[in-house]
Amino acid sequence: MTDQNVVRTKNVTKVYQMGKVFVEALKGIDLEIKTGEYISIMGPSGSGKSTLFNIIGGLDKPTTGQVFIDEVDVAQLDAYELAWLRCRKIGYIFQTFNLIPVMTALENVTLPMIFAGMSGDEMIEKGRKLLEMVGLGDRALHKPAELSGGQQQRVAVARALANDPAVVLADEPTGNLDLKTGKEIIELLRRLNKEKNVTIISATHDLKMLDVSDRIVWIRDGKIDRIEKRTDVTLEVGEVEGE
Amino acid sequence: MEKNSDKIQNKAIQKQIKLPLMKSIEISFESLRIRFWRSFITIGGIFLAIAFLMSIFTSTSINLALAKGASLEVRSRLGEMGDIKASQMWLVVLSLMACTVGITNAMLMSVTERYREIGTMKCLGALDSFIVRLFLIESGFLGLVGSVSGAIAGTTIMTLVSIIRYGSDVIATYPFFEILKYGIFSIVIGTVLSIIAAIYPAYRAAKMTPADAMRTEV
Repeated sequence: MTDQNVVRTKNVTKVYQMGKVFVEALKGIDLEIKTGEYISIMGPSGSGKSTLFNIIGGLDKPTTGQVFIDEVDVAQLDAYELAWLRCRKIGYIFQTFNLIPVMTALENVTLPMIFAGMSGDEMIEKGRKLLEMVGLGDRALHKPAELSGGQQQRVAVARALANDPAVVLADEPTGNLDLKTGKEIIELLRRLNKEKNVTIISATHDLKMLDVSDRIVWIRDGKIDRIEKRTDVTLEVGEVEGE
Repeated sequence: MEKNSDKIQNKAIQKQIKLPLMKSIEISFESLRIRFWRSFITIGGIFLAIAFLMSIFTSTSINLALAKGASLEVRSRLGEMGDIKASQMWLVVLSLMACTVGITNAMLMSVTERYREIGTMKCLGALDSFIVRLFLIESGFLGLVGSVSGAIAGTTIMTLVSIIRYGSDVIATYPFFEILKYGIFSIVIGTVLSIIAAIYPAYRAAKMTPADAMRTEV
């Protein structure tokens, strides 16, 4: 693990306008995440963790403050540079999988590669390898509707890794999955984190996540409540789930 | 100086993000194929609108041609010339409006239900222009198929109806070029309306931040 910050936020705030009411979703977040870390952003719903996730991923703009990815200020980027960043530096995994319904698993995985200018056999080869890595080598030509939730999420994990990103952002990746499947996805993410040294940032309220995280960032009311290292957390996850 | 180097860098980045035209056509057609019934209904909306418009154009042209060249007996059945013009003009305007609303509605719906897909594409690194291009191909194709088939159906049906009503004089005085002209006009109207009605919401969704596009519930 190097000491380089892959993600750094500086006093990030976000205010939503809902009708005439202004809602402060984030109230000044300072966070530094190092390359190769597995970070869980924990917090109850409405705590602002999804908002933080979106802002870190360049999917939404902060109202004030700055976000640096690889020490580049995201707010300074124009549309092309932002697309480039999303395409090559960041992989996204969503609670609702968000696969493109009209494409096969393989096509979903290779789509970001097309955007990145790859083509032909090289791309197909890489797509197949990624699908094999997540254990779906034999399902490459199935459409999302023909796959189970867990399988769809695996495709999404493979897609997130398509362009060898520096960071994988996962927003409630286990939120729509049953206990066992969710656990498999978490283990998969952990394995990729170890093997490929990909930084993984996951917004979640799934306690199973605690077990594999290097650090846990607790968010409450739009502020960082506390940051804990895995070694400091005494919670026995297995017992909580009654397994 | 700095602006210049920015531009050069931008060009370099633009080249690094791409979607070949063949691939966009492939994706667009696959989207249409897989959503066959949805596409079918959208085409149906365009088809009906254009068929209605074209049938009004056809009957107007045929009636005017008959009024000029047909036998006295047919002309007396047509009634007063002035009446035809006034009532037909009103029908043309009405059908144009129905056609505009119908097509816009069909295309708006088919795009807005795909905001999430647009947001996802952007997350994967698609430029706004990729998304607009995909929808341009899709809506252009839907518009063209719907308009051409609608124009043919409208013309055929109205011609048959006129022949049944007024007899062989219709064929003798058939205003072929007039109808062809209106046919092309209707096809252009149908296609252009379909494209505009699809591109505008697609462009708006592409301009949104991905978070907003994926959050939007329609």
